[in-house]
Amino acid sequence: MAWLTATGRYLWCGWGSLASLFLFLALWEYAAQHFGPLILPTPGEAFGTLAELFSSGAAWPEILVTARRALLGYGLALSLGSLLGLLVGLSVTASVLARPIVTLLVGTPPVAWLILALLWFGAGDGTPVFTVFIACFPIVFVGAMQGTRTLDGQLQAVAQMFGLPWWMKLADVYFPHVVSYLFPGWITALGTAWKVVVMAELLATSDGVGAALAVTRSHLDTAASMAWIVALVGSLLAIEYLLLEPIKRKIESWRTFA
Amino acid sequence: MNLSLRRVAHRFGYQRVLEDIDLTIAAGEAVALVGPSGCGKTTLLNLAAGLLSPWEGCIDCTFQRPSMMFQQPRLLPWKRTRDNIALGLKACGQTRTARHAAAAALAWRMGLTEDDLDKYPSALSGGMQSRAALARALAVQPDLLLLDEAFAALDIGLKSELYRVLAEERDSRHCTVLMITHDLMEAMRLADRIVVMAGSPGRIVAEHRIDVALAERDECWIFARTAEFIRWPDIRAAFALRELP
Repeated sequence: MAWLTATGRYLWCGWGSLASLFLFLALWEYAAQHFGPLILPTPGEAFGTLAELFSSGAAWPEILVTARRALLGYGLALSLGSLLGLLVGLSVTASVLARPIVTLLVGTPPVAWLILALLWFGAGDGTPVFTVFIACFPIVFVGAMQGTRTLDGQLQAVAQMFGLPWWMKLADVYFPHVVSYLFPGWITALGTAWKVVVMAELLATSDGVGAALAVTRSHLDTAASMAWIVALVGSLLAIEYLLLEPIKRKIESWRTFA
Repeated sequence: MNLSLRRVAHRFGYQRVLEDIDLTIAAGEAVALVGPSGCGKTTLLNLAAGLLSPWEGCIDCTFQRPSMMFQQPRLLPWKRTRDNIALGLKACGQTRTARHAAAAALAWRMGLTEDDLDKYPSALSGGMQSRAALARALAVQPDLLLLDEAFAALDIGLKSELYRVLAEERDSRHCTVLMITHDLMEAMRLADRIVVMAGSPGRIVAEHRIDVALAERDECWIFARTAEFIRWPDIRAAFALRELP
């Protein structure tokens, strides 16, 4: 019952988001009418082209290729970044040492990594996967490190006093705390992965959404470009709000209902 | 079974917190630790609980199941009150239904409702949180109960309610109690022995045994005895009270 009301409330919140999205579409429509179809096609044209791409079957293979690359790089960054971050957070010295390196990694623009990746991996899957990995890794790493860095000594004393076995310490004391630091990092990294993969494909590969974008640009086909962009942003929004946000709400219900 | 501290000293960094502590607590006894703020009472309690190792001296604790209520409630914020109270029981390997039943029974004695048990700690008031923390400490049926200002956040009605719960625990299971309190009347009401500490570095300066049975200590007796207690010179010195004319 509590779960049902929570879900209901979450969906109801969706109306606000939808309203603001439609407001954005209205602005887009206005701008499109002002500038003309070569500069900016209307939302109707963009969505129409997108529907055509899907119905002709041209869209799916490209999207699948892109998704595979993005998720591979993201998955690598997620597992390695979380694991290393949690371990490093356990030691003050290691955290202090890791800080500047992380700043360095975050500060280096993805395009720079892309150039290096092109030199190392050539024009294949390796380049976009590596670029996504290296762009997401520091984000996940910092979150995980903060998670173990900020573990509460007082609650550890409680765990010790009541003789909690190691699996209970992990599941009931450490994990819920760490997750609240990990999750924001994971979500941010997902957005980064999606953006970076398209950029990498645009410059480095001959298939995938990025490559398709490059083709539409060279044909001056603004409507198709817009269609691809809409597909990208739409899929990101869908993953974030339909998958990650509900999971986050479930895990952190103790915070929401406080 | 007993708890004995012999020539115990402790320091944090270069700061000496406790020095030359000798204290023995026999099974079934209730000892109240009083003293000015920052004189090392909590450190002494943590040493007794085994949460800290002493810098010098030795601590010998033969109690099987010590349990502690901390100065802050320290409930796990991501667990419902029910699961927080049952935490120690889960650690002992009790089944879910058994430990939830035990938690509900204890909570009821403490005046927490079924509704409160389903809430997360952040939705409870301060008094409810400390009652839940006390329930968590009692749930494991401890033979040594360490209380760090357990009743400080409660109104007088609830206090007397919980004094009753504590007395029942001691009657039925001969639970040994070591409690820190700032309330001299509370010490006078609950303890068999009052140990007075003074600060910088923390040491024991006086001990007073109370021989009157718990049941015979009525309000008048407690008032009179407390008033008498704070006239004693060693108490006045420990709390830096003005000397009486």
